[in-house]
Amino acid sequence: MSEDDGSWQSLHRDTLKVTAIVVAGVAVGAGVPTAVGIGSATSDGVALAWVLPGMLLLVAGAVLLDYLRWRHTRYRVTDHLMELRKGVVMTTRRSLARERIRTVDLSANPVLRVFGLVKVNIGTGDGRSGGGSSPTEQTIVLDPVGRAAGERLRADLLDRARRADDPDGSTLATWDPFWIRYAPLSFWTFALAAFAVGAMFQVLDWFGRGGLPVEVVMDIAEDIGAWSTLGLALGVFVTAGVVGTLAVYVEGWWNYRLEREPGGTLRVRRGLLTTRSVSLEEQRIRGVQIVEPLGVRSAGAARVDVVTTGLKNDPTSDLSTLLPAAPRPLAARITAQVAGVDAEPSLRPHPRSARVRRLRWAVVADIVLVAIVVLLAAATPLPGFWVAVFSIVAALTCAGAVAAAVDAYRALGHRLDAHYLVARQGSVRRATVFLQRQGIIGWRISQSVFQRRAGLITVTATTAAGARRYSIIDADEHEILDVAAEAVPDLLDPFLIRD
Amino acid sequence: MTEGRTRLRPPRHWLDRRARAWWRAQLAVSGAVPALPLVVLGVLIEPARTWLLVPAAVVLAATVLAVVALPPWWYRLHRWEVTDRAVYARGGVLWQTWRVAPMSRIQTVDTTRGPLQRAFGLSTVTVTTASSAGAVKIEGLDHERAADLSEELTRITHETPGDAT
Repeated sequence: MSEDDGSWQSLHRDTLKVTAIVVAGVAVGAGVPTAVGIGSATSDGVALAWVLPGMLLLVAGAVLLDYLRWRHTRYRVTDHLMELRKGVVMTTRRSLARERIRTVDLSANPVLRVFGLVKVNIGTGDGRSGGGSSPTEQTIVLDPVGRAAGERLRADLLDRARRADDPDGSTLATWDPFWIRYAPLSFWTFALAAFAVGAMFQVLDWFGRGGLPVEVVMDIAEDIGAWSTLGLALGVFVTAGVVGTLAVYVEGWWNYRLEREPGGTLRVRRGLLTTRSVSLEEQRIRGVQIVEPLGVRSAGAARVDVVTTGLKNDPTSDLSTLLPAAPRPLAARITAQVAGVDAEPSLRPHPRSARVRRLRWAVVADIVLVAIVVLLAAATPLPGFWVAVFSIVAALTCAGAVAAAVDAYRALGHRLDAHYLVARQGSVRRATVFLQRQGIIGWRISQSVFQRRAGLITVTATTAAGARRYSIIDADEHEILDVAAEAVPDLLDPFLIRD
Repeated sequence: MTEGRTRLRPPRHWLDRRARAWWRAQLAVSGAVPALPLVVLGVLIEPARTWLLVPAAVVLAATVLAVVALPPWWYRLHRWEVTDRAVYARGGVLWQTWRVAPMSRIQTVDTTRGPLQRAFGLSTVTVTTASSAGAVKIEGLDHERAADLSEELTRITHETPGDAT
């Protein structure tokens, strides 16, 4: 362990201050309610005498642990390796071959930023299973180092491929504050509002007043009438959701910047309080995906995700987002610049029977919905007001389902060009994927009993990148096999018969 | 692009014949798990006897029907084939699925045997690629054949160049 020849470096020692502040924050957050609780039962003096030493002990303990961690963590970068040594009792040593390092991501929460520090995540992106933290995944986390040191590491570790003929870096897109208007158009608006309502009930419940909101709403309803109350409640609900999504969006995407760096790396930088920097090696990119959720699409905007190996397959993560919801022409330009494809290709539509299928689903859903409402109205003593509300909601949903079915069919399409397989689908979440043909590493073709009767088939290309599979759904059962056979030469052909 | 009627041909090989017996055993076990407690309770608890024995009878009848009818049907639908270039398998019943994994992209070849499979001398061969969605599974091969196959696959994949992603 005493092989210190000066090449080993330690983490930044300000980590102790950061830990102290973070733990102190937690201690205050937990200590104040406790003190209030004890204080109300005994006296303020007794409460302080118990809680203050406890808080101090917590902070001191955390700082001590962090000191030991800091003391025993060393890293170094040699010509071929990135090495990390850590552990107080059990010493572990991890080394990554430098040429296998694919990602170097920097992030800094507000406390780290105050001290000019960053957390560095170095990975080989070898997540074989793609399902989270597989043992084969090799990562080194440096938490924290100085900002300058972090930037230098990033440049050193990713710049190895730099050649003389490489063009200099360029900025592909920067943040436009007007993009904020697309943020509330996502479904998160409803999710966050629902979360806020849930949290309100929970907090009131802690104080034993869980029924309070209901009483308040009933009082208002008596004053201004049921319909006005419903409108008011909807207004408050939507406002809460809009405020929530705006806050999340601004925190995540403030100062967004997409750059192409020398050495063939794309870099996304963003964040208001916590800053993030994600680097993607272009050599590992297997395609792009243009995602247009319903609300964003109706505002003429689109998001661009990258399909790359080396990122975990986590649908909730936004690390793969190259461009947040932005005007469509810009999304098209970014798509073209990153993948070299036409972002508005003319796609081959799918058979009409795919449309019949979608309409059939919509009609079945409508029938079920109507049956439920009729049953509710007939068999339960539901007040007339609620019957009216449910009927309106049901009527809107029924119409919406049919419209979505027609729209979903219109979205279906595919195309094969020199380098990419293009597939589009979805109404509520329309996604157009441009998948590199050489990134396809297998096929999964499936056909349900209903699809067979309609002459349709779903062809899924499997890949090591992005979501690991991209499907062309409900395509013509004969034509799409030719497309798949052509997309990857010699793979599917031996298993096909043509007559 | 030929505008003919292109179709997938079924893979060449069938599963081992004992796969049918293995499926029968599986179905019997999964039917017996809910049915047996019902029968035991029905015998012990007199007042609720009808309410326990009738469902048990329904479950048992369905199990018998499944044991008789399903395995031969499944057996016809499951096929597999290995060429120099790819592994090809067909499975699924109501949702027919054909899977193709090229040799050059295969990362691991696993042979596994559950306790029931062991009793019937069967094995499962799983071929994985760098895509978590790309695995090809052949369930119900004679276990010696499975061992040979996995050895052969390992050999071919070593000889086939490719970086697997």
